[in-house]
Amino acid sequence: MYHFEYQRPATLDEAVALLKEDCKLLAGGQTLLPTMKQRLAQPEMLVDLGAIETLRGVCPDDDKLAIGAMTTHAEVASKADIPALACLAAGIGDPQVRNRGTIGGSVANNDPAADYPAAVLGLNAQITTNKRVIAADDFFVDLFETALEENEIIINVTFPRPQAAAYVKFDNPASRYAIVGVFVAKTGGGVRVAVTGAGPCVFRHKDLETALTSNFSAQSVDTVTVSATGLNNDLHASAEYRANLIKVLTKRAVAQIGG
Amino acid sequence: MPTVSMTVNGKPVTAEIAPNTLLVSFLRENLRLTGTHVGCDTSQCGACVIHIDGESAKACTVLALQANGAEITTIEGLAKGNNLHPMQKAFQENHGLQCGFCTTGMIMSAVDLVKKHGKPDDATIRKGLEGNICRCTGYQNIVKSVKAAAQEMEG
Repeated sequence: MYHFEYQRPATLDEAVALLKEDCKLLAGGQTLLPTMKQRLAQPEMLVDLGAIETLRGVCPDDDKLAIGAMTTHAEVASKADIPALACLAAGIGDPQVRNRGTIGGSVANNDPAADYPAAVLGLNAQITTNKRVIAADDFFVDLFETALEENEIIINVTFPRPQAAAYVKFDNPASRYAIVGVFVAKTGGGVRVAVTGAGPCVFRHKDLETALTSNFSAQSVDTVTVSATGLNNDLHASAEYRANLIKVLTKRAVAQIGG
Repeated sequence: MPTVSMTVNGKPVTAEIAPNTLLVSFLRENLRLTGTHVGCDTSQCGACVIHIDGESAKACTVLALQANGAEITTIEGLAKGNNLHPMQKAFQENHGLQCGFCTTGMIMSAVDLVKKHGKPDDATIRKGLEGNICRCTGYQNIVKSVKAAAQEMEG
């Protein structure tokens, strides 16, 4: 790999003070380090968040669950008491990736085929940073783009507890990334349907949400037309195939919840 | 150059290294522990799996500096003297390898898998070894080896 500077601050304040231009935060490194090897990212300095203990851990509350940004997928899989979220984390990558990769890193990277963005958007979570609290609906902006500013660090992601939720993905058998993944959540404010893998960025499917809010059943999904316009079209799947998968996976998620 | 300190197979090590040194390079080139292999160098094949604080990880996708203060176990740290670890023995007895290139990573992943799942069934073993690729065996005897080792390992 090319030469870069490295810092490992012990506190969040120290980390914030170190941030500068051409610097990147290193969380679990499971995406960033391979990206740097390929020179798709070439930061001059890495600020490793690995020594900041306060960024780690799962903190359950009556009506919500806060997960520290540096909590690994493996920890979320074994400790998160929202079953759909634990199940999602258990299906990311492979065991070694889950032992290193973190929720904060995944959410900040906003890979179009990543799993976590679907849960964050589907469960209407809040992203707390060193500066502010960002609602999931405002967080995921576009392909690999989020509302995070250059000197902003995610502290935790807080998930309101749903009445019921399920995540179903059709994964690439080699990478386990979602070709399409659908997160369905029944919440006090109605049903939310978040789709990952299908488009340039995770998105909510409003027509599916409306249909499922009025009638939570697989039949209800059949009444909705899912357009292929704007969906990803690549060697893994055509846009039309992905559009079809959105409906199929939504039905499976609804069936898991018991609709 | 920054200094890194860690415990590798029970022995404390300290070295000055460039920040871009991968943990797998540090183990192989600085410490000459060449049992940990570099296969794909893209965190897909699992030939470089080691344990960091008891958790299996791909050493090609960790900077050596990230492991500062950690306890590292490599394949060289599994056997006790001439007594092979039950997982190593099981791979030998069940013909769980052919060329052997993936084997060290496979064994390190399998040890973590059995530690977490006790006596795993075939499906759990296959799912647990998703991060390790073998191009020789067809996996049948690897699954057999892990199952046999799980009977011998504690817990």
